[in-house]
Amino acid sequence: MEWEIVMGLEVHTELATKTKIFCGCSTEFGGAPNTHVCEICAGLPGTLPLLNRRVVEFAVRTGLATNCEITRKNKFDRKNYFYPDLPKAYQISQLYLPICRNGYIEVKGENGEMKKIGIHEIHMEEDAGKLVHDAFEDCTLVDYNRCGVPLLEIVSEPDFRSAAEVLDYLEKLRAILQFTGVSDCKMQEGSLRADVNLSVRPKGQAEFGTRTEMKNLNSFRAIERAISYEARRQIELLEDGEQVVQETRRWDDNKGISYAMRSKEDAQDYKYFPEPDLPPIEISEETIAQIRDTMPELPEQKKQRYIAQLGLPEYDTSILTSDKAYVSLFEDTLALCDSPKDVANWIMGEVMKLLNDTATLPENMTLQAKDLAAVIHMVKSGKINRGTGKTVLEKVFTEGVDPEKYVADNNLAQITDLSALRPVIEEVIAANEKSVSEYKSGKTQAMGYIMGQAMRALKGKAPAQEVQKILHELLDS
Amino acid sequence: MQIDKNLVMYLEKLGRIELSEEQRAASEKDLQDILTYMDTLNELDTDGVEPASHSFPVANVQRDDVVTNAAQTEAILQNAPNQKDGCFVVPKTVE
Repeated sequence: MEWEIVMGLEVHTELATKTKIFCGCSTEFGGAPNTHVCEICAGLPGTLPLLNRRVVEFAVRTGLATNCEITRKNKFDRKNYFYPDLPKAYQISQLYLPICRNGYIEVKGENGEMKKIGIHEIHMEEDAGKLVHDAFEDCTLVDYNRCGVPLLEIVSEPDFRSAAEVLDYLEKLRAILQFTGVSDCKMQEGSLRADVNLSVRPKGQAEFGTRTEMKNLNSFRAIERAISYEARRQIELLEDGEQVVQETRRWDDNKGISYAMRSKEDAQDYKYFPEPDLPPIEISEETIAQIRDTMPELPEQKKQRYIAQLGLPEYDTSILTSDKAYVSLFEDTLALCDSPKDVANWIMGEVMKLLNDTATLPENMTLQAKDLAAVIHMVKSGKINRGTGKTVLEKVFTEGVDPEKYVADNNLAQITDLSALRPVIEEVIAANEKSVSEYKSGKTQAMGYIMGQAMRALKGKAPAQEVQKILHELLDS
Repeated sequence: MQIDKNLVMYLEKLGRIELSEEQRAASEKDLQDILTYMDTLNELDTDGVEPASHSFPVANVQRDDVVTNAAQTEAILQNAPNQKDGCFVVPKTVE
């Protein structure tokens, strides 16, 4: 039987605000435990939350960028559950009136045409603290630094039919969140987290199958593997005449398997009610217009501008706009050396190769625009050749050297005095009699070897076409 | 809505607390009284009244995104039943 996979995504993203959602504590990642905690986010009795206005602004930006309707009259709701990661014993969230609804993001569908993935809603809420198991004393340690960090939960419709669509959606969503400045989306720091709801059904069947929810997916690769594992697991169950149990499963990326988490049957009774400690939020037309007007350029708009104004091929613009780090490097470098295609080529070729070789994420790249511009400029002006340029860029990338100083210190500049070439080439000819006579007797491929020897003698610092010209003058006469 | 012992015990489970038999009986009565009072409120005619979650006509009480709090780990940990390495220590929780 042919099976169809049906998926929906719940994405949590931590917002790039300076402070928490309801208090003036810092949201900085990685502080010593419980150093970003006050009486409000620690949930002490008698305290009152006070909403950070940036959170509302970021939520509206995200909604506008994902084609959502913005809810004009908002309120928060209280989601009650008792767990040590949440000192108040409830999470302030939005259930009844989420701030954004009915949006979509376009992804590449199966046949290459664009397909809309519906966004059911986006709501604002607070993150919980971090629990660490202490194996030595067999207890749990709690750090509340993350407790109260603002989150947006972005809930899609069950519109995905393949892992490729899921990944394309996540890449587009990440780019939107990064470009709008809403989140830095560092998956390894947990500022972008995706839960996948997945079910399978015989192809052509209208009803959905029973779904499971997968958590702890910490990279795009883990998401892809977890989807393939879970789809196969469900299909095997059904083909063996068994049933899929609705449950939450945790992905173990080391083992490449998922397992059921503690059954939620008695835990999922959150007794939601309107949050009495926070007055409603009203969003006026003027506010929305103002946020729309000051919205940073989105990836798709940048793409169109690069094509129209800079004359870049569409392929290049798709790659450059896939990550904010590429765009920043591209635009900053372009400001220093006016040659869009060269800059694009260096980023898509050498920079991405270096990122890949060193397993560096684009957002962690230390390469600066001024240094990339310097390398490009030296190659364009003929001061160094392209091969040397690549070597220099690698040194800049891995060791942070100053490119111009490095070229000077290591004597890598091209020989500009062409009269200096002839004596060296004459020596090479004299030293390679065998190849020379082969060439003269008609074996033209021997020229390649002689050329290589000449370039080696010149330490790669001579313009190749000049060397070739001189060789032909000396040998063809 | 009718409160009975089973419902009280279910609420204990959700709230991670355990009541004695006397407390259970008392809670059953108290919760029932509260709900009966709510029923009295339900007798009011509220047709045409917009549902409100707040009693005061205020909206948009917000603050600027500026860090105002410094670390106060010691003070925060004062209420911890146990502490270790700057963290609250709680009984082992399993996922």
